Amino acid sequence: MTHLELATDDGHTLRQSTVETSPLAIRGLTVSYGEKPAVFSVDATFRDGSMTAIIGPNGAGKSTLLKAALGVIRPLSGTVTVYGKPLAGQRQRIAYVPQRASVDWDFPTRVVDVVLMGLYRQLGLLGRAGATHRAKALACLERVGMADFANRQIGQLSGGQQQRVFLARALAQDADLYLLDEPFAGVDAATEKAIIDVLKTLKAEGKTVVAVHHDLATVAEYFDRVFLINVRKVAEGPVGEAFNAENLQKAYGGRLAMAQIENLQLTAG
Amino acid sequence: MSGAEFVPLSLTPILIGIFTAVACALPGNFLVLRKQALIGDAISHVVLPGIVVAFLVTGTVAAWPMMVGAAVAAVVAVVLIEAIRRLGRIETGAAMGVVFTSMFAGGVLLLERSDTSTVHLDVEHALMGNLESLIWLDADGWHSLLDPVALAGLPPELPRIFVTMVAVAVLIWVFWRPLKISTFDEGFAQGVGIRTGALGMALVIVSAVAAVAAFDAVGSIIVIAMFICPPAAARLMTNRLEMQVAWSVVFAVISAVLGYVFAGYGPLWFGGVNAVSAAGMIATTSGVILLVTVLFGPCRSRTGAPSEG
Repeated sequence: MTHLELATDDGHTLRQSTVETSPLAIRGLTVSYGEKPAVFSVDATFRDGSMTAIIGPNGAGKSTLLKAALGVIRPLSGTVTVYGKPLAGQRQRIAYVPQRASVDWDFPTRVVDVVLMGLYRQLGLLGRAGATHRAKALACLERVGMADFANRQIGQLSGGQQQRVFLARALAQDADLYLLDEPFAGVDAATEKAIIDVLKTLKAEGKTVVAVHHDLATVAEYFDRVFLINVRKVAEGPVGEAFNAENLQKAYGGRLAMAQIENLQLTAG
Repeated sequence: MSGAEFVPLSLTPILIGIFTAVACALPGNFLVLRKQALIGDAISHVVLPGIVVAFLVTGTVAAWPMMVGAAVAAVVAVVLIEAIRRLGRIETGAAMGVVFTSMFAGGVLLLERSDTSTVHLDVEHALMGNLESLIWLDADGWHSLLDPVALAGLPPELPRIFVTMVAVAVLIWVFWRPLKISTFDEGFAQGVGIRTGALGMALVIVSAVAAVAAFDAVGSIIVIAMFICPPAAARLMTNRLEMQVAWSVVFAVISAVLGYVFAGYGPLWFGGVNAVSAAGMIATTSGVILLVTVLFGPCRSRTGAPSEG
């Protein structure tokens, strides 16, 4: 299957992407919250050093796919390998940015303390966060333009600022693979720009970025690969090939009018 | 009041009140933030049938059978809640409501039908305990604190609740970081490899142990109040979890001391003749503290509601 895909690839990534080398390879993943599967028999091979948008309609299993990849949700079946090894020993290589709305921002803590949570694996159970850790947390806040807010109570932040703090926490994790769940949901334009700049820097550093994304208009601008899903996998590949009208129609069905698809000015398909 | 009167009659109840309040308030901080505050309530209700059954089996009200019975009942309740939640597909709160009311009712029924008239085991005792009776008759002044013979006569509830409090504090200190992370952001916590399910279960078990140890000494009213009131009041005093826990301990201690004093002397100030239940007054005091912080606490405005940026 991998070979077939390589044959139709855009050729700019020459690295073989097999289960052994992929930052995140998913095989036969099925997840169910009740009787109806949320994700059914999905294979995915994310490329090393790529930026992939996971797109699909609401309830298509996008977040579920990420959560199952992280072991946050237990799948009914399927395997997940991270850089060719089982997830359990590879957690330090993954950073995760959950949906902003999934936590209660009234929690009594400061911005810098949230970023320090990203150092959990480094600090362990009883390690004390010292000056170097604080400096590191501040540097991560600096990268997302939030250094001035370090001592604010998190509840005082706007939605966009909260999202940047979450990204700073992921940066503190010093990972190779960044999984983001709707990082642009409900944020202001300045935050969107700040976040995409950071993600592009990560890609330039050779990191792998996988993000659940909602805004089809920015897919081609922000990402180099797409993964289309609607419970089952619809397509996977470079934006120039897989992000086409046929695949979008397949993923979104009647929910996405043909006219809208045409407005996206797709490069291929 | 002189030491000769205070030490034997009031020192041990006050200390037991303080230790109980702190042992419950510490895990209460996390329960309140996780919106599981009523777990304390649930536990203190469900242990009643456990205690009654333990009495029926062993025929004594000795501490250990009671504690074992209570612990078994707490575990049964947790399993039942989980089973009803999954099989009935209803939310946890509803499952808890069903389980703890029916288990408490079952306990009361058992108590009514069984012959417990010869021992000090009744519904009133289960609710309010009998803090005032935990006196230290072997003491005759402050110097008794250094007298091994007198110390041997301390009410056994005192060392038991003290050990419980220390154990609770140590566990929370050791697991502080994963507890804090998983309470704030469970998904992220799982992503970094924290076993949030086990941790959440451990928190409930620690709370259950604190509740059972407290129940034995002071009844269930104080347990319910101390799990919720000091942490909730503390949350309104600060925006940092570390400070919140510190404030909750302060409020727990103040509630225990003032509650005991008010119970013993308050009615006399108002012309009454009899003291009122210390446990009830401690719970009331913690409620008054919560009321005051709701009205005047510096961090009482809820700022964290989701907002669009």
